[in-house]
Amino acid sequence: MKDPRIIQQTKHLLLDIAGIASFVVLFFKHLFTRRFEGKEFINQCYRAGYQSLLLISVTAVILGLVLTIQIRPILADLGAEAWLPNMVFISVVTEMGPVIFSLLFAGKVGSGIGAELASMRVTEQIDAMEVSDTYPFNYLVVTRVMAATIVLPLLVFYGDFLAFIGSFIGLKAYSEISFPLFFSRAFSEFYFRDIFPATIKTIFFGYFIGIISSYMGYFSSKGTEGVGKSANAAVVASSLVVFMLDLLAVQITDLLLF
Amino acid sequence: MTNNLIVHISDLKKAFSGSVVLDGITMELHEGENLVILGQSGTGKSVIMKCIVKLMEADEGQINVFGTEMTNCSAKELSSVRSRIGYLFQEGALYDSMNVRENLLFPVLRNKESRKKSIKELTELAEFHLENVGLIEAIDMMPAELSGGMKKRAGLARTLMLSPELIIYDEPTTGLDPYRTEAISDLIVQIQEKYNTSSLIITHDIKCAKITGNRLTVLHDGKLIANGSFESLSGDKQPEVQLFFK
Repeated sequence: MKDPRIIQQTKHLLLDIAGIASFVVLFFKHLFTRRFEGKEFINQCYRAGYQSLLLISVTAVILGLVLTIQIRPILADLGAEAWLPNMVFISVVTEMGPVIFSLLFAGKVGSGIGAELASMRVTEQIDAMEVSDTYPFNYLVVTRVMAATIVLPLLVFYGDFLAFIGSFIGLKAYSEISFPLFFSRAFSEFYFRDIFPATIKTIFFGYFIGIISSYMGYFSSKGTEGVGKSANAAVVASSLVVFMLDLLAVQITDLLLF
Repeated sequence: MTNNLIVHISDLKKAFSGSVVLDGITMELHEGENLVILGQSGTGKSVIMKCIVKLMEADEGQINVFGTEMTNCSAKELSSVRSRIGYLFQEGALYDSMNVRENLLFPVLRNKESRKKSIKELTELAEFHLENVGLIEAIDMMPAELSGGMKKRAGLARTLMLSPELIIYDEPTTGLDPYRTEAISDLIVQIQEKYNTSSLIITHDIKCAKITGNRLTVLHDGKLIANGSFESLSGDKQPEVQLFFK
């Protein structure tokens, strides 16, 4: 028997997917045909980047520390402790860093974008921009998506570096390893092919976090209740898409590079 | 007031999820006229206005604004019509992240014509309009620091920045005390006289309607059921009309 709720939810899901696809088209159309809002773009970069630094910093150091502390005894048992810096660094740079920092970014910045745009929709601020012929899509969406696309890879680089430092602190607590030795071991088996796919996929993560969060906020409805729902939907949908893109990226990297 | 038609709506219909909100609205607004649409909450007054500026699409009917058919106009035509309309939203719709000065400068800095002016000239223009609505002291304040009436006045100053020929007022006195209701209503009349604009005012406040309207029309159950001056409508026998005059 067909459950009407499942049919309704499927319909909503398909409509959202179509809506996001048309939002992507609209984004590129506005990016190349309308005036670029440079000042607002810089403001959004500041908000997305600088204001996420503390969260990324704390998480990155803990990530490096925890990974090192947990893996060290296993590698020590196998007599392969010297491989620890390289193992931690590669796992952080290629996989854990991009995914974990992107999820944090979706939680902090994505929810903020969703809630802010939804609130502007509910209080008719977006309508006011449209009526005064000022292209709100350009000012509100293009700037936020561009900021998320550019800032997230930079945050991931920064987070990777701090995780590296965290890993050194974790190892230093148990051994007398010097920083130059730790550094050379970390980079001993590290190649361009490790960092290139990770950076590319992070750009896509940032772009889709920006697009999905903006979409959820821009088309919010149902008053103040809608603001909360938009923020929530922005985080859930962005996080899910990060995992799906990551799976896709791993497959493509595997096919192309190995 | 002249005989030139600014807005002409014929047989406008709009429904949401099967529920009919507007059922064959026909009305017109002349140049220099202040037309008040009276109606209880939820009768679709705002929907008419949003269809006029194409924030919503009409299901059926024609809407002609400044000679442009809005139901099938191009993006360029829509942009041209919108640049001649000012819209004062119910709560002012000030942009939260900007102070009053930035709110006023936002549309003019993105308008092809006014962008040619220097920042100094535009700032002076903003100060001039804020002076006119009695809000010059709030120029550097954020929207969150303003009262309901101040937000509406700041919103009105923002709509004046683009020198509109038609101003749409969406419930301009809702949520205000009687003193502020009268002040805002007087301001609407002053603006109309000073800038020679035409106005569409939607309200359920009879005091505001009396002060501002040259002509009143009453919306009930998706239909316009009465039309005329304040005096003629006050003598109308229909209970839905009398409801406002009690």
